[in-house]
Amino acid sequence: MQLRQLLEIIWTFMKIGTLTFGGGYSMLPMLHRETVENQHWLDENKLADYFALSQCLPGLIAVNMAVLIGYQQKKTAGAVAAIFGVIFPSFVVILIIAMLLSNYIHIAAVASAFAGIRVAVASLVIYSVYGMFKKGVKDWFTFAIFVVALLLMLLFDVSPILVIIGAAVVGILIGQKRAYR
Amino acid sequence: MIYLLLFLEFLKIGLFAIGGGLSTLPFLYQLSGKYGWFSTSELTNMIAISESTPGPLGANMATYVGYHTAGIGGSFFANLGLVLPSLIIVIIICQFLSRFNENTKVQNAFNGLRPAVVGLITAVAISLIRIAIFTGSNSDLLGALDIKALVLFAIMLPMIFIFKRHPVFYIAIAAVFGIICKL
Repeated sequence: MQLRQLLEIIWTFMKIGTLTFGGGYSMLPMLHRETVENQHWLDENKLADYFALSQCLPGLIAVNMAVLIGYQQKKTAGAVAAIFGVIFPSFVVILIIAMLLSNYIHIAAVASAFAGIRVAVASLVIYSVYGMFKKGVKDWFTFAIFVVALLLMLLFDVSPILVIIGAAVVGILIGQKRAYR
Repeated sequence: MIYLLLFLEFLKIGLFAIGGGLSTLPFLYQLSGKYGWFSTSELTNMIAISESTPGPLGANMATYVGYHTAGIGGSFFANLGLVLPSLIIVIIICQFLSRFNENTKVQNAFNGLRPAVVGLITAVAISLIRIAIFTGSNSDLLGALDIKALVLFAIMLPMIFIFKRHPVFYIAIAAVFGIICKL
């Protein structure tokens, strides 16, 4: 019985992992169909709560969602099963691509294709960043943090870890100062 | 030893990349400079592959980088490092879920953290543009400018903002353009 439930968690998250392209936000529709509509593990509100929480916590959103839902179903074993399920399909696919790519990248047409693709990726990243900017940068204070983080990374090659810790500390200090006013 | 190094480097990413998706990018970018496990243009290729294949970017990168540095075992340990902090932190958070969300300190921290993450990813985006539309390490900026790539960029960017199609759509178009125009 225990094993059957764990296998069910693995299978459900394998489906989600296989049919989610690009990770993150794009997994929400699949998550909804599998965990809310098919399995009835949770309702819409809880899914939205979990998704919001997953974005705030360290790590990949997909993995955080897997841990939250897996843990709710079958504690730590369920969480591990869900992580395995959601990662495994991409693990296999990328492994195959990694093995093949080094053989084909030297072909002129493949190299040209990737040169074009790099332009598309740069554009796609700009588009995503624009969306994040609108959400995260709301006033002069958040804009200042944005600029400082950008310059630290771009010009001074400061570790992102330090920037993130520093920004969190600044956020707490400013928040406290505002509360006293 | 290389297994341990991969595990630890990806453990750091799993611990400090907050917000999912592209938030792993600044860390991966720094990793390429630090160890030379992969080049920045390989990182861009990988983003494209990640957008066109199943699974999250971070996990795909862990698999790819792990394989190139230490084979399948490397892939395994990189992924293990990446997911372990999530597993531990999320399970701890589950114990006092409601209190965590309502804590004003936590909220304030995130108000500061979010714009910083956007800034970090913007820095990477600027590097990606540089790699995409300039060729080689020519110190003369204008001389190194790849006109064909610049044209593609000038077409691609507004298209993405206007049409909002799936990323795979733009990646496919750009690949075809690259082959036809011999980028």
